[in-house]
Amino acid sequence: MATPPLPPVDAQRAVPLGPEGGDVGAVQSGWRLALREFMSNRLAVVGFAMIVFFVLFCFVGPLIYHTNQTDTNLIIANEPPSAAHLLGTDTDGFDELGRIMKGGQAALEIGFFAAFVAIVIGALWGAVSGLVGGIVDSTLMRVVDVFLSVPFLFVVLILAVKFGASVLSLSLVIGFFAWQVPARLVRGEVLTLRERDFVLAARTAGSSNWRLITKHLLPNALGVVIVNVTFQVADAILAVAYIGFLGFGLHFPNVDWGDMLSNGIEYLQDGYWWLIYPVGACIVLTVMALNFIGDALRDSMDVRLRRR
Amino acid sequence: MITYLVRRFFTSVVVLIGVSIFIFVLLHISYPSPARAVLGLQARPAQVNAWNKANGYDDPVIVQYLHYLNQLIHGNFGYSYVENQTVVALFKERIARSVYLSGISLVLAVIIALPLGIFQAVKRNSIGDNLATSAAFILYSMPSFFLGLILIQVFALTFPIFSFEASQSNSVWVVMGDWNAMTLPIATLTLIVVASFSRYMRSSSMDVLAQDYIKVARAKGLPERLVLWRHLVRNASLPMVTLIGLSLPALLAGNLIVEELFNYQGLGLLFYESLQKVDYPVMLAYTLLGAILVVVGNLVADIALTIADPRIRLA
Repeated sequence: MATPPLPPVDAQRAVPLGPEGGDVGAVQSGWRLALREFMSNRLAVVGFAMIVFFVLFCFVGPLIYHTNQTDTNLIIANEPPSAAHLLGTDTDGFDELGRIMKGGQAALEIGFFAAFVAIVIGALWGAVSGLVGGIVDSTLMRVVDVFLSVPFLFVVLILAVKFGASVLSLSLVIGFFAWQVPARLVRGEVLTLRERDFVLAARTAGSSNWRLITKHLLPNALGVVIVNVTFQVADAILAVAYIGFLGFGLHFPNVDWGDMLSNGIEYLQDGYWWLIYPVGACIVLTVMALNFIGDALRDSMDVRLRRR
Repeated sequence: MITYLVRRFFTSVVVLIGVSIFIFVLLHISYPSPARAVLGLQARPAQVNAWNKANGYDDPVIVQYLHYLNQLIHGNFGYSYVENQTVVALFKERIARSVYLSGISLVLAVIIALPLGIFQAVKRNSIGDNLATSAAFILYSMPSFFLGLILIQVFALTFPIFSFEASQSNSVWVVMGDWNAMTLPIATLTLIVVASFSRYMRSSSMDVLAQDYIKVARAKGLPERLVLWRHLVRNASLPMVTLIGLSLPALLAGNLIVEELFNYQGLGLLFYESLQKVDYPVMLAYTLLGAILVVVGNLVADIALTIADPRIRLA
């Protein structure tokens, strides 16, 4: 193709500065654009504030609101909210508000740690699959299909029964069975990224596959991974709630939100609402906040991708 | 199209074999041999070893797997030493009740979510749309047991309209007729499914509304009712076929929770009881059944989609 002749200097000056066909303004990096888009989404900011609130509430709260969460005290069992116990007490005489904080610590710790495990496994799995291709790719992806077919909650429950439930074991078990979606997402990204020039350049410069994955492919696939992290945390928190509700969660005196709810159910007919609705609201609000953030991140990453 | 279907079928077979390996590994880790259950806790290690040898439980793992697979193909899903019954017999007692609960909830969810999603897309950003979107978002973030709990509180305790316990009858026909007892469990499961279906239905309808053929239909003066009915509904419903296939794992999990919450004697409750009794053969057989259902469900959905949508000519 012949290069069009350069326009005269004067005409060159007349060309407005800025992105082609776009509005005039400073050229922003994709990440900053994504951040701006994220901040302009009201729900996302609300969701983010809610998560910050819950983290402070669960981890800093107990430092301010001192409660005894180790010794049962049946004399003050099932008391309605009062000045001494803002949300009443539960069946064992534990302060309910303090208990929610303690249960929230477990939920958030497991949620974030399980998401971390799932993302690491999924990202590596997907990157190897996408980069190597061929028979390795199809084998790895069939394994993903198998893991997607087996109902997640059932396997997690069986392993919780087998290995016992602690924050660490539940995080690992949930993480080990939740990496399929990030694997698929990263593979899709890598399939397009590996055709790009910078990957060719890195290869020409003698990069090994491992270096390609960790230095070039994964950092560029970070967008889809970040979006998925929030959904992973939300799903893990829900999974912990289910496990706790069915009675296979953390052991006494540790507690999780699902466990608290299933205890509260026994008193539904007695009208002990403080054992049910505050903790239920905590689960719903945390998961909802994470879903808000995830949806907004997905939209803002779209903006970043559109610029490519 | 035929080549696509054949290839799709063989992928499913490969995945099913993978699933059987997965479940076998899980079974092998958690429950290597039923010797203790057969011989009793007093059995000496030598007796256990002898029993294992006699019954093939010290063969190489691969031989044990092939034996397991052979049993599966012949319809033997294992034996529960806790219940002293074959797993198949246990399942047979309860499967009709679970199929009824899940089936009617799925059908109701589709009947509700389809028009709801279309309505939301057509009346985008109206008050009704925003209300439905918010409700779906809250339900989507809510564990099913909490939703069930709220329904029990409102419709069984505050206003005692329905029973808070599901029907306890052994006959599925009696269960079907017992609306007083079955409304709340069905409503819980239905609402959970509607929450995710309506979100997808809304976005797929919005995609269709932006298509040129909708503009053409309107431009040639077709009444809006016909535009929606002939062009929007039929095209926007296609992704629902896939979605129903994909929703099976969530439906099974929902089934487990709802059956536990309402004490409904179905497979979910059987699984829950097997967890409590640490009865691995039942747990793993149900998980396997679930996985098979998911693989077959997705295959059927893909085949149905290929028939329903002639544009799919993947070969």
